[in-house]
Amino acid sequence: MKIIVCVKQVPDTSGKVSVKEDGTLDRASMPVITNHDDKSAAEAALRLKEKYGCRVIAVTMGPAAAESMLRDLLAMGVDEAYLVSDRAFGGSDTFATSQIVAAAVHRIGIEPGDIVLCGRQAIDGDTAQVGPQIAEKLHLPQITYAGAIDMDGDTVTVRRMLEDGYMTIRAKTPCLITCIKELNPPRYPSVMGIMDCMQKPITVLTYEDLKDEPLIEADTIGLKGSPTNIAKSFTPPLKGEGVMLEGADKNTVADLVARLGAKHIL
Amino acid sequence: MSEFIFENTNTADFHGVWVYCEQRKGALMSTDLELISEGRKLADELHTELCGVLLGDGVASLASELGGYGADKVYVCESPLLHDYTTDAHAKLVCDLVAQYKPEVVLFGATNIGRDLAPRCAARLHTGLCADCTHLDVDVDTYVDFLRTNSTLDDKGIGAETLHKKFETDLKMTRPAFGGHLMATIVCPRFRPAMATVRPGVMTRAPFDEAKAAAVEVVRPAFALSEADIRTEVVEVVKAAKEMVDLLGADVIVSVGRGIGSDVERGIALGQELADVLGGVLGGSRVAIDSGWLSADHQVGQTGKTVHPKLYIALGISGAIQHKAGMQDSDCIIAVNKNPAAPIFEIADYGITGDLFKVAPMMIEQFRAHKDAKASTARTFS
Ligand SMILES: Cc1cc2nc3c(=O)[nH]c(=O)nc-3n(C[C@H](O)[C@H](O)[C@H](O)COP(=O)(O)OP(=O)(O)OC[C@H]3O[C@@H](n4cnc5c(N)ncnc54)[C@H](O)[C@@H]3O)c2cc1C
Ligand SMILES: Nc1ncnc2c1ncn2[C@@H]1O[C@H](COP(=O)(O)O)[C@@H](O)[C@H]1O
Repeated sequence: MKIIVCVKQVPDTSGKVSVKEDGTLDRASMPVITNHDDKSAAEAALRLKEKYGCRVIAVTMGPAAAESMLRDLLAMGVDEAYLVSDRAFGGSDTFATSQIVAAAVHRIGIEPGDIVLCGRQAIDGDTAQVGPQIAEKLHLPQITYAGAIDMDGDTVTVRRMLEDGYMTIRAKTPCLITCIKELNPPRYPSVMGIMDCMQKPITVLTYEDLKDEPLIEADTIGLKGSPTNIAKSFTPPLKGEGVMLEGADKNTVADLVARLGAKHIL
Repeated sequence: MSEFIFENTNTADFHGVWVYCEQRKGALMSTDLELISEGRKLADELHTELCGVLLGDGVASLASELGGYGADKVYVCESPLLHDYTTDAHAKLVCDLVAQYKPEVVLFGATNIGRDLAPRCAARLHTGLCADCTHLDVDVDTYVDFLRTNSTLDDKGIGAETLHKKFETDLKMTRPAFGGHLMATIVCPRFRPAMATVRPGVMTRAPFDEAKAAAVEVVRPAFALSEADIRTEVVEVVKAAKEMVDLLGADVIVSVGRGIGSDVERGIALGQELADVLGGVLGGSRVAIDSGWLSADHQVGQTGKTVHPKLYIALGISGAIQHKAGMQDSDCIIAVNKNPAAPIFEIADYGITGDLFKVAPMMIEQFRAHKDAKASTARTFS
């Protein structure tokens, strides 16, 4: 049994985000982090490993710099990692990304008993599409929005969160599960972990390595091959000038009431 | 699993706008009605028909409701195997129906179920999918008008002529990216159908039309679905015990943030009372939810709900971009914050710099007085 965790390094959109003149994101100005949901997926994998004993493998598609994220995960306790990286992969949409990541997972090999874990969504695009799309390409059953995962032999039982409650869902392994941040807080790497992580293997897979995988279709990868294209990107305008009401006393509030009344808002 | 074969590069073969209509326990989701209303607009722009897809166990009676909001036709598949939502069953039926009838556009609600199903279908149908859209257009002139009012682009940046040349009949799917800092319009030019999930609460519901409801055509296509197709077992479906807060339907929302931190109990009570006076509901920023002051269904923002009430009052909320993403389209925004430089004031129609623990009680008192005065004049004249 092994668990493959799909992880992504993302710009930290919670801090200051600057947009360049041409309307694209100024990525250089933003720190990168490991996507929160994915870290929680990695934690879930490590907990299953501690309980049942298995290998945990992290896979990411991204630029060479994503290696630092993989080292962090290895320090947390992940056993080995794959960095899927090639110029040809750049600019991929979710369809293209899932095809490439699925091909890498297929290369690593999915056997009975295995689990693929993804985060629910990555905070850069917020699409939540790559997990289910990997599952489809690999013909695996999927369970999304996992808020709790239990395993018993070849059966997983997952609490799948809904907006207004949850479902309890059972599936046989192999399967793919997408994890929400609330599933479990990720651990910090131990000192031993940090020392060990440099010895653990990171395998780089390029286009050349994957091009003969049956899942790879040369005409639907990268920026040009992606089924979806960005027709336009733009920044929303600031709203028209509001009014600051001075004073914060009874008269200020009376002024507010009068203005709202006049506009028939109250 | 047999290989799914679907040829979809000949875009001229595809006609019709479809909405996957999610139902839970036999009831439509409000998102369905928003999507049907929006789908109507798109179908008219494409001069084609609008169809709902309704999968479940004993759900056919919901078709007329969909008709009333604009559907010409509803494809209904009923089976005990569709009683609870499973990815495998719904993905199989949606994909099989799409392969048979070839719609050019398929919309899903961006709910936890829509976002489970749509990507699975898009991958099988070998087509693009745009997540969590907040605006949709086909007609280029309408799209250009949208850009004029909703972007900082000038005429050159908009490039109407190029848009006409390149994307005349494509669905233009607009969505926020990078936490709302940027907006992107996505197209899917090479494959059909073009698919999107649409954010709940954003599209406006059309008025209900009795005649259209009566005229809706119900189609029951033959379909193949067996137990072996479904690889997950639904053990139970649990609804949250507590009544859900109806942020999406509210005309007035009073939200509280970290600013209530010095006296949480009183802060919540003030927010709730102000909401009650205005006939509204209580919301909160992520901090208020993460700190355990309010349950998750109160959260407004990027990871919470997108709301557009008539009146939004923010008490002690800084106005982080992720919070704004969920409330900036409110008709009128009032912000109370101690810090005059708080970003919430950039989008507020009325801002008051001050301590919410002092200002909110005065608002409660005076709003109530105003309401009582209005009620008594109304009585005098009736
Ligand atoms: C991926 C992602 C998704 C997110 N999604 C959401 C989301 O959906 N919704 C959301 O809200 N946030 C979201 N956030 C978090 C967001 O970035 C902010 O952290 C959050 O909105 C801040 O909440 P706040 O305004 O209550 O707190 P703060 O930013 O701490 O602001 C508190 C404000 O209260 C004022 N204040 C303090 N005391 C008083 C007083 N007595 N009277 C008046 N004013 C007072 C302060 O001046 C300050 O401006 C998200 C973040 C990320 C990274
Ligand atoms: N480039 C990538 N490499 C590996 N996994 C990814 C990548 N992009 C997305 N994923 C996985 O898919 C999930 C959903 O991503 P997204 O669809 O982009 O919101 C993430 O949480 C990851 O687990």
